[in-house]
Amino acid sequence: MLSSQIKSNEIEFGFCNKDLLEEIIFYGIGLGADFVEIFIENTDNSSVLAEEDNITSVSPSFGKGAGIRIFKDKRDGFVSTNDLSKRGLMKSVSQAIEMLDVTDKKNIEVFNGLNKHRDYTLNKKTWIDEVPSIHEISEKLLLSTKSLKKNNKIITRKGSYSRTLQEVIIASSDGTYASDIRLHQTVGLNVIASDAQYRSNGSRRFGSSGMPNEFRLWNHEKAANDVFESSMNMLYADYVEAGQMPVVLANKFGGVIFHEACGHLLETTQIERGTTPFENKLNKKIAHESVTAIDEGISEGSFGSLSVDDEGMEPEKSVLIKDGILKKFISDRAGELRTGHKRTGSGRRQNYSFAAASRMRNTYIAKGEYSKEDLINSISDGLYCKSMGGGSVGATGQFNFAVEEGYLIKNGKLTKPVKGATLIGEAKEVMPKISMCGNDLELAPGFCGSISGSVNVTVGQPHIKVDSITVGGR
Amino acid sequence: MNSREITTQITKAADFLNLQKWDYGASFSNDYSVQVDKGEAKQLKASQKQILTLRVWNQSNLVGITTTSDISESGIKKALNQANIASDFGNKNESTEFSPLAKDPINVKDVKKRNPAGIKKLLTILREAEVKLLESHESIKSVPYNGLSESFYERVYANSEGAFRSYTKSQAALYLYARAEEKDKKPRSSGSVKLGYGVDDIDIESCIKDASNKTISHLNYSSIKTDKYLICFSPESFLTIINAFSSMFNARSILDGVSLSNKNSIGEKLSTEALNIYDDGQHEKNISSSPFDGEGTPTKRLCLINNGRIQNFLHSESTARIFKTIPTGHAGLGSKVSVSPDWLVVEKSEKDLDLKTSLDHSNYEGEFVYIEELNAIHAGVRASQGSFSLPFDGWHYKNGEKISIESATVAGDIKYLFKNIINIESKQEVTTSGISPHIWVDELSITGDA
Repeated sequence: MLSSQIKSNEIEFGFCNKDLLEEIIFYGIGLGADFVEIFIENTDNSSVLAEEDNITSVSPSFGKGAGIRIFKDKRDGFVSTNDLSKRGLMKSVSQAIEMLDVTDKKNIEVFNGLNKHRDYTLNKKTWIDEVPSIHEISEKLLLSTKSLKKNNKIITRKGSYSRTLQEVIIASSDGTYASDIRLHQTVGLNVIASDAQYRSNGSRRFGSSGMPNEFRLWNHEKAANDVFESSMNMLYADYVEAGQMPVVLANKFGGVIFHEACGHLLETTQIERGTTPFENKLNKKIAHESVTAIDEGISEGSFGSLSVDDEGMEPEKSVLIKDGILKKFISDRAGELRTGHKRTGSGRRQNYSFAAASRMRNTYIAKGEYSKEDLINSISDGLYCKSMGGGSVGATGQFNFAVEEGYLIKNGKLTKPVKGATLIGEAKEVMPKISMCGNDLELAPGFCGSISGSVNVTVGQPHIKVDSITVGGR
Repeated sequence: MNSREITTQITKAADFLNLQKWDYGASFSNDYSVQVDKGEAKQLKASQKQILTLRVWNQSNLVGITTTSDISESGIKKALNQANIASDFGNKNESTEFSPLAKDPINVKDVKKRNPAGIKKLLTILREAEVKLLESHESIKSVPYNGLSESFYERVYANSEGAFRSYTKSQAALYLYARAEEKDKKPRSSGSVKLGYGVDDIDIESCIKDASNKTISHLNYSSIKTDKYLICFSPESFLTIINAFSSMFNARSILDGVSLSNKNSIGEKLSTEALNIYDDGQHEKNISSSPFDGEGTPTKRLCLINNGRIQNFLHSESTARIFKTIPTGHAGLGSKVSVSPDWLVVEKSEKDLDLKTSLDHSNYEGEFVYIEELNAIHAGVRASQGSFSLPFDGWHYKNGEKISIESATVAGDIKYLFKNIINIESKQEVTTSGISPHIWVDELSITGDA
């Protein structure tokens, strides 16, 4: 029976579940597990889409589930289920134990019960009532799409809003017992401009965590102007000519390159796989001395911030690279177990159906001493990447990023817009070429997809100059 | 609750809430997967999932929707309530109805039911596969990305007018992605994916062989000069790019203004008359086939390009009504119903006189670039503009030599690519995303490091 569900003593959100959780952990330890971890989730999400001058989609969704992870030696077995009954959770524990083929049963005394409950939900229980209503969201989204209607070359206008409210309970056999409520809101604007054979896109995304009023404060007119200008600037742009050249990457979302090309290589999952060139580079120079890079989960309201990670650890501020020297890796429980790098409060997952993994949070290059103009003035022939699109990194570290809005630099000045540019390279070759960092650090929200699903992050940097990089074009 | 009981439960709850019109799609799955690392089990995973998507129509015939994983009596009531509230914000400018084909007969493939192999067997198979791949060449040092999984699921569609259809199936997948290293050279990676209805149906030896051959073949590499080149797309890479620009055939995208096509594009000449493209979700080679779409419409073979001209668009119920045609079985259930292709079949038509048939990737002696696999599709494709700039794995054929290309990007415009197809080889190959022969395109820009 694929769709069967059994109910008995069940996890209740907002109530004390300590006895039930302890019983389940004792059960797993008794069956021979080295470590038992329970992650339980209750979600209440909603999204709204405005197209042109109409609301075309309102989608609420909700759900519950649990992810149970058992460690035996350095192996882990993970089972996820929608069945939050005692019987269902115990069945999941048994299944995980069975998968690991555990034969030696350790003494039950390794688990001494759960510690005092760390309750991070205080002052957050009212968030669900404080976030804007669907009606309020719809009105503001329609104002934003109306603001994009600036001339007849704009042929499509979209505004989208998404809110996720996630209540979590985390308990494990090292005594961890914590609960939290997480709120994330994001809003995006997109346009397509068209004139005869010419077409361009413009898009921007904004996001916050733990700030129920943030959408109300969002300046939709400023955002709409920005998106409109970007699309119009690029409408008649020529294709960029391919080649090697110096580039200046803008602040905010320009940081996506560091996130994708270098940040992922500093996650312990990459060490486990043997796919990072930085594995044996701790305390060695991997970047230009102008580069200091940070990953943290503590900036108030930032999209990648958390009170507690998905393994029950409070997030720390991790200086990954200091003046070009590699100082730290981003680590989770499995990463610490398998690579020896201490946990950094970075164990994250999309939801209960994924096991947590080492993931970035708010990741950025620290500000330097130069102005944006200093960087551009230093280049006689190059490219200014004002807005970056998406990108990806291959299994051997090669990256490829689309430039959504680019301008040629000639003799230290910005000249004509160009489209179709992609930046191609490898982190270990590009990091030493970041020779100048601006003084205008800003962060931008985004979603990062990886081994444990899609998680909220921020990327960021000041304006930076890369001395030479391959620019793909036509 | 099973799917019949869920339907009964929804009917009762809808009656209680005075909701006359509703439909739902649901899926229930049990998934198992393993990963290994140098002979050791790394992560073993099992999941039981249930997802219910409910739509209700209010008295103004506006639609509201909710998705939930809570399929208890109270969960279903809550979902109906939420959907009812959401219906106040339903799209007033584009109505949604039940598919007129939601009760038509469906064609469920006659596939023998597979039973779960179990985690231990999955682990044993994957361990052996990893060992064989590592032993296949001294330069292959690890298999950093690997996995063997099996999935058993049931999918259901039902509505308040009595439509009810469900099917159960199984699917297994093996992926092996090897990493090769040689002294003073950059590491090279490549891999292979194989699907089957069950683990025993997967051709494991061929997956190992493909992953090994592909990885080793890239060991001797060289950079390529930035220029325009004659291109040969592998079946897999050609299907990748056609899928990336499938909005050209997507009625939803056309209505939303994000397609290169418009309502009047039926009959538009895109390419050589030798090109035919079909979407055929029910093709016998498609392991992931589904007999009906999210709205309950039966899945069927549909010609998208016939003799180089656009022949049909993909439709949901509402787009079909707007275009005055019938749904094609490509809808995904949502408050805004999505439309997407299932499984593309590319073939050479009989009108092939204008093709340069001397171009055959297995024996052509002139200079060309062979694109084996395109990467970073989500980043490098601007579907609404028609442009692409994509990194790829491939080879540069020149002076009788075949050299792996170190790192390069191919860029162009999809309409230019269609217009410049100069040969379609005869032999079709089955891939995980469809069927296609090798396709030759004249003059696309390649950016390399040289």
